[in-house]
Amino acid sequence: MKAAKRKRQIKRWLPLFLMMAPGLIYVFINNYIPMFGIVIAFKKVNFQKGIFASDWVGLENFKFLFTTDDAWIITRNTILYNLVFIVLNTVIGIVMAIFICDITCKWAKKLYQSAVLLPYLMSIVIISYIVYAFLATENGMLNNSILPMLGKEPVSWYSEPKYWPFILILVHIWKGIGYGCLIYISSINGIDRSFFEAAGLDGASKWQQIRYITLPSLVPSIITLTLLSVGRIFYSDFGLFYQVPLDSGALYSTTNVIDTYVYRGLLKLGNTGMSSAAGVYQSIVGFILVLTANMAVRKISKENALF
Amino acid sequence: MVHSRSNRRFQILAHSVLLIFSLFVLLPFLLLFISSFTEEATLMVNGYSYFPEKLSLESYSYIFKNAPKIFRAYAVTILVTAVGTFINILMSSMIAYPLSLKNFPCRRIITFYLFFTMLFNGGLVPTYLMYANFFHIKNTLFALIIPAFLLSAMNVLLIRTYISTSVPDALFEAAQVDGASEFTIFFKIVIPLSKPILVTMGLFAGLAYWNDWTNGLYYITDSKLYSIQNLLNKMITDIQVLTSDSNISSQAAAEVSKLPAVGIRMAIAVVAMLPILILFPFVQKYFQKGIALGAVKG
Repeated sequence: MKAAKRKRQIKRWLPLFLMMAPGLIYVFINNYIPMFGIVIAFKKVNFQKGIFASDWVGLENFKFLFTTDDAWIITRNTILYNLVFIVLNTVIGIVMAIFICDITCKWAKKLYQSAVLLPYLMSIVIISYIVYAFLATENGMLNNSILPMLGKEPVSWYSEPKYWPFILILVHIWKGIGYGCLIYISSINGIDRSFFEAAGLDGASKWQQIRYITLPSLVPSIITLTLLSVGRIFYSDFGLFYQVPLDSGALYSTTNVIDTYVYRGLLKLGNTGMSSAAGVYQSIVGFILVLTANMAVRKISKENALF
Repeated sequence: MVHSRSNRRFQILAHSVLLIFSLFVLLPFLLLFISSFTEEATLMVNGYSYFPEKLSLESYSYIFKNAPKIFRAYAVTILVTAVGTFINILMSSMIAYPLSLKNFPCRRIITFYLFFTMLFNGGLVPTYLMYANFFHIKNTLFALIIPAFLLSAMNVLLIRTYISTSVPDALFEAAQVDGASEFTIFFKIVIPLSKPILVTMGLFAGLAYWNDWTNGLYYITDSKLYSIQNLLNKMITDIQVLTSDSNISSQAAAEVSKLPAVGIRMAIAVVAMLPILILFPFVQKYFQKGIALGAVKG
């Protein structure tokens, strides 16, 4: 009786399990096997022996990593850039979203909305070409047109690390603001229109409406987005830090982040041990940060939590 | 009428801020465009400029005449984007449909199995070693399609939510009573009725494939398999390496002269972004829908 029921159950659901199989197997390969692969960081990889037969070395790789200056530089750069990005994305995103939502002229509204989104849709390689058109030493627009006009000497942009924090922040805002802006626009559109109408009838000015209706309604979104970005503070946009500075070695002090360090260690320098140690450092601290951030979101507003 | 005056002042301020910001966003693209239409000699003397002395179409005629490499890269990108997006959407919805059924066993476990990939990952090193040394996908087309982009847990969960809220369960039950198999239900009912979300998710996947250059950077060294992004990436890094070296050997100097010239590079970049520009109204519409769906949880 029970066996028959079970058989029926299997017959009922088997086709669906088969349907899911390809995707689930892909996730196992693409996501789960590499998770177990973090053991590489505790081994001295020897390709002759194969990865799994390589000798264990305990925390040796981590010891090497944290005795270099690099460990400090990449951690500092990753965190500081992300902090600046979080603040600027939030502030500029909200200001632009409020302005765009309150523009009464329809076509202008559409135009602004399209403009801010455009760079977000472009690949970082194209972005790096545009940056190159401005900054190239020989043919760049800054060195050829702008700086001579101001009576200044040309600058060798791709070998002067001190300018890059500004350049990278500017490029990040330029490329990313459209996305943040759209999220806030969709939150503002979700606010009940009657609040504004009532406030308008009561004689509240535009500024008062923004201050007392729009901004308070955005608080949950702001908190959630910020905490989620804090959860990702150990990760950065690889393309922005690798491709936009054109992997220029002279700039590493201000452009090297954990993601670029891991990539270079693995594929440029062949230093698998160091590179995997940095990768595991990122995965584990990143994981703890996501969990902590989510816990914080749950405390503040449960429905906005990721889980 | 204090009120309407403050409103008008607000409109003026909003327009001026947005206008300036839009210019900040769009002017860099304009420089790319103008440079691609500038005569090579002018570029060499005056550099990239908004107001070139002489315009010319030579960059574009060069691309169309002498560059099988560029067409090849374009074809690779189109192929990878089409195949990758198709498999992505098919696999995602094939997981999403069973998960949307309320009495499906293992629903919670499988959801968690997918969700966990959004919290923790092994990082580049194990992923790379697995794909390169175990699956040997280096320098094959698989390398551009399979790693990273074939399935996104977030998209699966969004499709699942859409199916469970927008496609009535009664339809599935009726079809089952009529003796339809699960696969028939999936292809005849689920797919057609989930079109809006599938188009949106397909757009995100397609954009990710079109713009991806990392898979090519990690796994492709054979220039025959370069996507358009990898070709662009290779060209700009070669120039950088060769020109930043102060004591260029004569051999390296010869290399530089072989590279596509200053204006042509920009023309190729324009050609690479063209499809996105052409599809922009469509892309924007679905992009906004997608953001509204995932809204804050982005």
